[in-house]
Amino acid sequence: MSSKLNQMASSPGYGKYAVEGASVITTSVDEAINWTFNWARANSIWYMLFGLACCAIELMQTGGPRADFERFGSAPRPSPRASDLIIIAGTLTYKMALRVKRLYDQMAEPRYVISMGSCANCGGLFQYSYSVVKGVDQVIPVDIYLPGCPPRPEALLEGLLRIQAQIKNERYLQDRYQARAKKG
Amino acid sequence: MTPEEIFHKLERELGPECVFNFDAGTGKAKDAFCEVEPGSITRVAQLMKADPALGFDYLECITGIDFPNDQKIQVVYHVYSYGKKHRLVLKVSLVRDDPVIASLCSVWSAANWLERECFDLLGVLFEGHPDLRRLLLPDDWEGYPLRKDWKEKPDYHGIPSTRPNPFDLLAKAKALEAKKAAEAKGAEPADGKPTKVVEVNAAAAEPAADAEAKKAAAKAAAIAKAAAKKAAAKKGSP
Repeated sequence: MSSKLNQMASSPGYGKYAVEGASVITTSVDEAINWTFNWARANSIWYMLFGLACCAIELMQTGGPRADFERFGSAPRPSPRASDLIIIAGTLTYKMALRVKRLYDQMAEPRYVISMGSCANCGGLFQYSYSVVKGVDQVIPVDIYLPGCPPRPEALLEGLLRIQAQIKNERYLQDRYQARAKKG
Repeated sequence: MTPEEIFHKLERELGPECVFNFDAGTGKAKDAFCEVEPGSITRVAQLMKADPALGFDYLECITGIDFPNDQKIQVVYHVYSYGKKHRLVLKVSLVRDDPVIASLCSVWSAANWLERECFDLLGVLFEGHPDLRRLLLPDDWEGYPLRKDWKEKPDYHGIPSTRPNPFDLLAKAKALEAKKAAEAKGAEPADGKPTKVVEVNAAAAEPAADAEAKKAAAKAAAIAKAAAKKAAAKKGSP
C-alpha cells in the first residue's frame, strides 16, 4: 500500500467529513462517529461470491490461506442481501447480465462493486463475441476495476484495500441522514 | 473395423443413395467421414447403434457448418464406439432456407442437448425432438449467430453491444478540461457568451428579471451539467 493510501485511510483530518457549502456544522463528535462507522464498515466488507469464469478460481485462491481475504474481515456470502460488495469475477454474458442487474438491485446500500479481470472490465478477450457484455459497467456501476487475466490474488486484495480506503473517506452520517432530512 | 469397412458395411445394408462420398481423412488431422442423405439419417443411426459389429453407442457431438455460397447447411455427427473403439463422422447437407432433419433423440439420448445447441446457434429444425428450444443463448434472443450472414444488433434489452474507444473518451475529456481551464482563466470563449462562473452568480443575485439573462443562465447551467456528466463519465470509464 502506498503511503498516500495510508494517509487517506487513517488520518481523520479536520474538515474531511465537511459538507461543501457548510450547511451542516461539523463537530468533532460527528467526525468521531463518522470515523467509527467507517472503520467498522471497512473492516467487515462481506462480499458476494460471484465467480463467473476463470477469475473465480483466483477469487477462490484469494480466499485461500496464502492471500487471505478473511484477515481483512471480509467473509464470503452466497446471497446478495447479506453482502456489501459484489466481485464480478469473470465473463458476463447477455443472458447473465439481466440476472446480475437483479442481484445488484437486491443488495442493500451502501454497496460496492469490484470488476475483476479483463472480461468484466471491458469484455476482455471475448469483446468481439455476440454473447458477451462489453464490460460489466454497462449493467451496474463499478467502483474498482482490476485489470488482469486473471488478476493475481494480491491484485484483488489491493482492490479490496482501495474499497476500504474509499469507505473510510465517506461522509457516512451526512450522506445517509442529511438526504433523509432534506426529503422529510 | 476401419472407417472404410464401416462405410462399406453401411453402403451394403442401406444402399449407395443413403450413404455416399466416403473420405478416409488423414488420421489425427481429419476424421474419416461419409455423407448421408437427410431422409435416411434415422435408419443409418439405428443401424449403427443396433448392429453388433458396428456398436456405435456414443454420440460425441452434433455441429453444423453454414455454407452461404453453396446455399446449404451441413450438420455433422461425430459417433464413437466404446466397445469397438472406432469412430465415424456423418455429414448431412440441408437446404439453407429451410434446414429440417429428423431428430436422433430416439437413438442416442445425448442428441437432446446437442440438437438444441445446433438449433440455437444455426437454426436447424430437428423434427421429432421432444423439447426444441434455445440452450445457450437467452430465450428471447433473435437470430442465429453462427450463420455467416448474422449481424450483431446494437443492443440487447438496453445493454449496448459496443464500447466507446477509451482513447476517444480520453481525447474528449482532455479537450473539455482544456476548454474549462481557458474559461476559468477569464478568457472569453469563441462564441462570446459570458463565462460560466459569472453567469451563475448573476442568476443567483438577481432573480432573472431580464429574459435574455434567464436564457443565457439556462444555457450556462446546461453546459455545466454536461461538463459534470462528462467528468463523471471520464472518472467512471476505465
